[in-house]
Amino acid sequence: MKLLYYPGCTLKTSAKNLEKSAFAIIEKLGHEVEEMEDWNCCGVASSLTDDDLMHHLAPLRNLIHVQDQGEEKIVTLCDMCYNTLKQTNLRMKEKPDDLETLNLFMDRENDYKGTVKVLHFLEFLRDEIGFNALKKMVKNPLKGMKIMPYYGCMLLRPREVAIDDAEEPTILKDVLKTLGAEVIDNPFKIECCGSYHTIEEKKLVSDRAHRISKFAVERGSDAIVLSCPLCRFNLDVRGKEAEKLYNNYKQVPVYYYTQLIAVALGLDPKNCGFDNHAVDPILLLKKKGVFEKKED
Amino acid sequence: MSKVTEKFVDINSMNLKKGELVKEVEELCGENLFGCYQCGTCSAGCPFVDDMDLSPDEVIRYVILDRKEVLNSKTIWLCAACYTCAERCPRNINITKIMEALRQIILRKNIDRTLLTKIAKEEKETIPQLAFVCLFRKNVG
Repeated sequence: MKLLYYPGCTLKTSAKNLEKSAFAIIEKLGHEVEEMEDWNCCGVASSLTDDDLMHHLAPLRNLIHVQDQGEEKIVTLCDMCYNTLKQTNLRMKEKPDDLETLNLFMDRENDYKGTVKVLHFLEFLRDEIGFNALKKMVKNPLKGMKIMPYYGCMLLRPREVAIDDAEEPTILKDVLKTLGAEVIDNPFKIECCGSYHTIEEKKLVSDRAHRISKFAVERGSDAIVLSCPLCRFNLDVRGKEAEKLYNNYKQVPVYYYTQLIAVALGLDPKNCGFDNHAVDPILLLKKKGVFEKKED
Repeated sequence: MSKVTEKFVDINSMNLKKGELVKEVEELCGENLFGCYQCGTCSAGCPFVDDMDLSPDEVIRYVILDRKEVLNSKTIWLCAACYTCAERCPRNINITKIMEALRQIILRKNIDRTLLTKIAKEEKETIPQLAFVCLFRKNVG
């Protein structure tokens, strides 16, 4: 099967490792991935005022280009892009008048017919590959690793676009179990990481990262797994900075789920881009002996 | 005594729409603020409530009481739109949209919360791009 993929700004810059590891997994699963043509920024934050149609233009233009390429599904890796594209898609389906206004406004684009489905890569793994099928392909189980799943906001809220239960999600837990890791639960798993405040309110975000990670560590967790590039930066980099603010606090490594899947499937670690982290992610994998078992 | 001590905007000179603030907010966000029965669920779950001057339920109350100093509250800028309050509100009020409506009242007067020139070069190079787009969407009109 060929997957049409929408990258977004961050996957092409500071989260290349998320893209590369996901591509390696798709290839290993026997599928093809193709980047959509002529994509633009999704806008990151979905329009929250009723009269503000202008900010639906950017995501809508992407959806039109998916439609023009004759595809019905678009897969994203970034949680923010997923959320924005899906919220616009939903509004266009629920409010045909708004869609008509925007179709008339965009005179160089074809009209959007509302046929595109927005998928997060996690949904693709769960619903189209299936975790049981994935489990059969695991070569290096993450045995002995105690990991806390962290979901953040954009996968779960608002409810209309969520990929899982908003209060008690299980999708990352299921991924970890599939890979053979031990799951450490944490009530902070669905709390905001501080998001864009990381630019102007560093300490606030360090406090958030500390609060989220500390609880996980107290429960015996060695690491955190997540999916959003901004959450990764905030928990990893701002979490590392929190070491200076809090005595005896040590930030644990933060992984993308795609990196851990790639490692567990025995793919070349070069695909994981482990050098782009504030807290060394390789040390723990070596310590737990996950890296020692080489592919036959 | 007001809990709002910041003076980010001058409410008297910013040419607010005539009439009650609550009407303007409701028009922008499409939510019924009078549906709120002040249970405080939004504030209990808010990840930023410790740093706020007004808790989210207080913001709603201030708007209803037409206390326009709510526009100077830190709260509306601290809200990162994580949708937790909206998800949990037993009255099905989307508080996230109320916060955005209050931000928009200010931003649409051409008053920006974030000055782009103040962001250091090093930060532009290290922080993920989506954070900037998100910040500009929230804090710049």
